[in-house]
This record gives sequence, C-alpha cells and structure tokens, in this order.
Amino acid sequence: MDLERPLPTPITPECRPYWEGAREGKLMITKCRACGKPFMYPRVSCPFCASRDIGWVQASGRGRLFSFEIAHQILNKAFKVKTPVVLAMVELEEGPRLLSNLVGIAPDPKQIRCDMPVEVCFEKLTDEISLPMFRPVGGAR
Amino acid sequence: MSDLARMRELSNAVGIVGVDESDEIGTLPGKSQLTLHVEAITNAARDAGIKVSEIDGVFTAGQHSPATIGEAIGVVPRYVDGTTVGGCSFIIMVGHAMVALYHGLCDVAVVCHGESGRSGVGVSPRRDTALPGQFEFPYGFGGAPTYFGLITTRHMHEYGTTLEQWAQVAVSTRKWAALNPKARNREPLTVKDVLDSRPVVWPFNILNICLVTDAGGAVILTRADRAKDCAKKPVYVRGAGEGSEHVMLTQMRNLTFSEATQRSGAKAFAMAGVKSTDFDHIMLYDAFTSGPPLMLEALGLAKRGEGVHFFAEGRSTPGGKLPINTNGGGLSYTHSGMYGIFPIIEATRQLRGECGARQVPNARMSLVNGMGGMLSAAGTLVLSNEGSR
Repeated sequence: MDLERPLPTPITPECRPYWEGAREGKLMITKCRACGKPFMYPRVSCPFCASRDIGWVQASGRGRLFSFEIAHQILNKAFKVKTPVVLAMVELEEGPRLLSNLVGIAPDPKQIRCDMPVEVCFEKLTDEISLPMFRPVGGAR
Repeated sequence: MSDLARMRELSNAVGIVGVDESDEIGTLPGKSQLTLHVEAITNAARDAGIKVSEIDGVFTAGQHSPATIGEAIGVVPRYVDGTTVGGCSFIIMVGHAMVALYHGLCDVAVVCHGESGRSGVGVSPRRDTALPGQFEFPYGFGGAPTYFGLITTRHMHEYGTTLEQWAQVAVSTRKWAALNPKARNREPLTVKDVLDSRPVVWPFNILNICLVTDAGGAVILTRADRAKDCAKKPVYVRGAGEGSEHVMLTQMRNLTFSEATQRSGAKAFAMAGVKSTDFDHIMLYDAFTSGPPLMLEALGLAKRGEGVHFFAEGRSTPGGKLPINTNGGGLSYTHSGMYGIFPIIEATRQLRGECGARQVPNARMSLVNGMGGMLSAAGTLVLSNEGSR
C-alpha cells in the first residue's frame, strides 16, 4: 500500500484511545477528573494538578486556527502529499492545542488568518488509522 | 541567607580563560564529530595556556557523553555534565561549570561541542520520537523551520511584525559576517534578497534560516584566582541563568513569549546585579531571523512586539549603538546544529578586544542568550572583562 503520509508511530499505550476514537470519527482528548481540565497530549498524570486520575472525553471538534505555515518543502521523505501544504496549530474550544494540517482552503497566506474558526475532519489512511485534520468552518471558499 | 545573596556569591567567581573553534569550520566530510570536539578542546587549551591534562571537569551536550570526551582527550574527569536541552546547552553549562568550580568540585572545566551537522560523519538519529511520531510527523512536521514558523506567524498576527522586519535581522547579521574571515557567507545582502530567496516554510525563505555546517568549539573556565595567571586576561562570568518550558510546541504556554528565556535572563541579570540596558554587546542564538527579536522581548530589553526595532541600521549593525551577533551568527557565520558554544566564543573574543575589523570599541559587558529547541529551553550569560567581586 502506498501511503502519502507517515502513519502515526509508535502508537503508545497511553495514546491508544485517541487513535481508536479517530478511527470512529471522534476526536478524543484526555481530561483530569480531579481538576476538570482537559489536556493533550495524553499522559498518565495531569500537567495542571499532577493527579493520576485521568479520563477521556470527546472534544467538540471545533476550535480556532492558532497559527499556521505554508510548507513548500517537507524534510520527511515518507510525507509525499503534494506541496504547498498548510501546517497548522489548532486550539480546540476545550483549550488543548494540536498540530495538524488545514485543508479545504488555498495554501495562501492572504486567505488564511490566525484565529479563523476551524472544525475537525478525518482522513482515513488505513483501516486502523484515520488522521484528524481541520478545515475552515463553513467549508472552502 | 537569601537566594539572591547566594547567587550573588557566584558572580565573577570564575573566568573564561580559553576559547576556540575546531581547526576548520564549514563543510568537513573528512572529520568525525569526535575530531571536531578534540580539535576545539586542544585549541582552546592552547589559547588558555593550560595543558589538556589539567582539565578535570567535562561538560558537553549532544551525541557524545562527557565520558566519551574525557576518554578521547586522555583525562579522568572528577566532574561530568551532559545536560542536553538543545543548542543552548553549552550556555547553560557555563553556569553549571561555574557552580562546580566555585565549590571546588573541579579546577579546570571544559565546555565543548563537536557536530557534523552538514556532512553527518558519525551522526546517529536515535532518539525517542513517540510523541512527534504520533502527533506531528503524519502532518509533515519535522525539522526546526516547521515549528519555529508557527511562533513567527502568531507573532505577526498579534503584533503586526512583517516579513521585511525579519529580513532586516538577516541583513544586519550579514554586515557583521562580512567582517569575520571565518564566516561562511560574507557577500552583501539586502532585504529584497531575503524576500526573494527560495521559499521553504512560509513565513520563512531560505535566507531566514540558519546555515547547516560542520563545526566544533570549546570554552575553558577556571576560578577567578587561577584565571589571572592564564595566558590571556580572563572574561568573568558575572551572571548565569537557565530555564526550560516545553519540548512539544503545543505545550508552550504563550506561543509568542518565551517563559524559559524570561526566567533565564532574570536569573542571570539578578546574579550579575545588572539591568537589561547595561550591555554594550549582545549575542543571541539566531537559528531563524525571528528568534533574536523574540529573545530581546523575553529578556526585557524590548517591549513585546518591538524586538525587531533593534535590528535597524545604525543600531545592531557595525558602528551601531548596540551591536548584535558580531560573528555573523548562525545565519551567516556557522551553525552546526547546536550553535550555543559559538556566541560564548565570540563574546569572549569581543571582551578581550581580539576581533579586528569587527571589534566593538570598548566592549566591557556582553549578553549571551541562547535557546534550545523552539524557545523550549534557554541559557543566559552576563560576561564582563572587569572582575571585581
């Protein structure tokens, strides 16, 4: 199978629910049961209060484009998506930030702006792995 | 005794007595990383008038442990430190060496670097990539420009900084490189050249991004009482600070303001008993053109969003009021991957008055600040050629 992207690897035990959720089209994030704060990346203790009581919740999938870049070349040879590609940092409305790609918009810094509202979409790579991506709310323009 | 009083005891307790690069820097496919280390150490020892066999404290970061370096130079160190938090590790290690020397844990410390960043001789990529492998690499992230661009774009959004202003940093730095015979790129550069250069990761073109070279460097320190008897007048470590905030860029609390740098600078300035306006020479780690302005903001030398103003003609440039990156920087002189040893070497040479055409007249106090990763960690030094305690 010829993949355009490197698969997420290695999938670590503490992150497995994230990838199982993504396969079902759900964006799962970790949340501290003690202080109530959601966080990402998944880890076994809360970065805010150090509690070890951590659970998973489904995020709304909505957020804002916190920052972005237009990549004209990619160093990773396993990444074969045609450039330019929009590399994105998204801040979810629950708070945590994720790195991703922004799709559904021209890779043009005149059209893309920080803080524009975005929503999650999923790109199926294999039967096991779907990758959370983000697109502008309201679709392409 | 307060924390501040304890820190102040360290101020000027040790001196930098020897500095040098490896025999050559640049594109060196015929030299291993270990050779770059050893050349730099022997050269710096000669500069200090100290025998390599007298080194008993070894401080290094990157792919070699201090044990490898001790073995290679034939010493059995009684103090070793391998703190590896990115390119600023060597700047941080000057502070660590200061503490070890002050307490008598070693007598002669070497902080050293050797990296075949361009040719890759002896380079191994082994590291734990579990987090970026899951959350970053599938999207095309990987390599420093794909991260630092996010910091830069957000800064432009929040403060209205422009591509022209970042380009001015490259232009200022190149003016210094033109005066440094060891600099790789010395031909004149304009803002337009930078804006017209090959796009890599917007907002960065290739001339916004540091060089990739092979190079080594070393710094030798000893206590102030002994430093007076070395070959050259010592440069004193008046203050030292460090900090670390994040590794994954999603974890940086404020994407346009480095808390690690703020913390590092505040500590170094407090130890030194100086204000952010007291410097007459500045070295800032310039992996990207946007790095130095953001460091000036985090260090408190510039208001947020206004660090770029320091790079205007007549300010940071040769003959300017506040010279910055006088060796030509990572942008035009050399950048092997972990650049942090080189700004220390340049500051020492400036404070000794050894810099020829690029010498800053009457340089007395120098600020050295570096980052590790993407403003993830920071190290700050206040260096002075006046050692009163």
